[in-house]
Amino acid sequence: MQLSGEEAAMRDGAQGEAVARAMDLLIRYGEALGAEKLVKTRNVAGAFNASTPSVVHMAQDGFDRVFSELNLDSDDVVAIPHMAVPTCQLITGIDLDNSETQGVDPALADLQRRSEEYLGRRGINLACTCTPYQVGNVPVRGEHCAWMESSAVIYCNSVLGARTNVEGKESTGAAGLTGRIPYWGMHLAENRYANRLVQVEVDVDDMADWGVLGYFTGFAVEENKPAFRGLSRQPDLMKLKHFGAAAASSGGVELYHMPGITPEAPTLAEAFGTNAIPEPIVYGAAERKRTWERLQNASDRKLDFVMLGCPHNSIEQMSLVAELLEGRRIHADTALWVHTPRAIRQIADRSGYTRIIEAAGGVVMSDTCPAISRKLPKGVRVIATDSAKQAHYLPAIAKVQGWFGSVNQCVESAIAGEWLGVVQ
Amino acid sequence: MSVPAPNSEVITLRGRKVVGGKARAEAIVTTQTISGWGGINEREGSVIELHHDLHGQSFAGKVLVFPGAKGSSGWSAYFHMCRLNGVAPAAMIFTRMTTKIALGAVVARVPAVTDLDEDVFKLIRTGDLVEVDGDAGTVIVTRISG
Repeated sequence: MQLSGEEAAMRDGAQGEAVARAMDLLIRYGEALGAEKLVKTRNVAGAFNASTPSVVHMAQDGFDRVFSELNLDSDDVVAIPHMAVPTCQLITGIDLDNSETQGVDPALADLQRRSEEYLGRRGINLACTCTPYQVGNVPVRGEHCAWMESSAVIYCNSVLGARTNVEGKESTGAAGLTGRIPYWGMHLAENRYANRLVQVEVDVDDMADWGVLGYFTGFAVEENKPAFRGLSRQPDLMKLKHFGAAAASSGGVELYHMPGITPEAPTLAEAFGTNAIPEPIVYGAAERKRTWERLQNASDRKLDFVMLGCPHNSIEQMSLVAELLEGRRIHADTALWVHTPRAIRQIADRSGYTRIIEAAGGVVMSDTCPAISRKLPKGVRVIATDSAKQAHYLPAIAKVQGWFGSVNQCVESAIAGEWLGVVQ
Repeated sequence: MSVPAPNSEVITLRGRKVVGGKARAEAIVTTQTISGWGGINEREGSVIELHHDLHGQSFAGKVLVFPGAKGSSGWSAYFHMCRLNGVAPAAMIFTRMTTKIALGAVVARVPAVTDLDEDVFKLIRTGDLVEVDGDAGTVIVTRISG
């Protein structure tokens, strides 16, 4: 891989041991990819927080040890300096204001507190959400980023037209310290054209519809780049957030184009650029029904837990949940947790939404989600969620039965204490 | 050089280095991509994704032959933890390059190759003895027949 003079100096230790380790990892990673060079970035979003059970023993040796091993792949402990470029923390495992409800070991909550202090001192902005683009990190078109979180990456590339691959814990640590990332994949304009066509032949309107279309798309195109034809409705942030999260869970989609909607595809022809337009993959009523059924991994209807807010809810979604719950009461045997970024929670608090959700027996959480924390209310056997992504992962991670449905179905079922959803 | 048993067949494949080093172990083969975070158990080195054709099976100490990575960006972190927990695969052979698998193979620090000159899913079966030379980019498959 070709390095600039500055990059070679970083590798050789001119900016200290931690930067040298970071550059070493980027070189090993870039060579594994077959990348020609590195590209500069000033926008890094990664996972640096150290408060999971698996890092406790490492954290006893100090947070430098955790960062060295897990964020730089360095066997030796190096002192971690301030990040070289703006860097933010994505979702974490613990909501420090709700850690008791989550069932988190107090020692781990304390570890998270200390970890946050360590990270903040090094210039890592504690956004603590899977949706940094909802809380002020909105890259501009063409901006080179180094982001983790598959649902954020697909949003960044497709909806914003910024450029990032799906980075990992180690590459984002190295990017934060060097302001570099391999110039490969999504960073190159010629790799950003569509190579699959999805022909939509049913109405896709509400959030659940968009989630189901995304879940179908991931299975149908795997890690390819789909463009869509036949969409009849204008989506918004909330719908594309759900759509992308689903497509990135069932497949590895990092970029899609919706002509007339997403910025790099004014027309279908421009979406495909130099690529030939292939035969369409049809998404009709039968595909929709089959995908909706595929998201149901449950048979018992008695419902223990309803999870909303994956990816983290927008303020509009918080307002909707409050509206559905106003003056009502969740069933005594069912828990409802609603997840939103902490910055949005503040708006929800001021707007009275949090109070309405809590009065109904729900809990508003930030900084985390059950799939990441692996924390659910005690004794949960059957869950329901409005998120195709969470419905995909949670049954496998938490060994529970999982229902998927619209936010209305989820809230009504939480009130009834049993799953009322039907495949729509 | 080991001498193959009389009833075995030896095939050599050539490809590209992803991560250097050598390993020789039994193959575990799937034509399905694998999720790291949410798809594997990092303490056991096993696949946990529902409906996956390796569901419940361990890849620890084996040569993992698969198309590549899918799903969460936690891919590398989970294979990294597999290494720290001593349950990483012995080597990786894959067909579709992504950032997830490149970084995952690098931090798992296991020999890894891609771009092989033959269809690995036709030539390698679960249980075959496979030798991966990451630096040379070669794979030697010893298939015990019968």
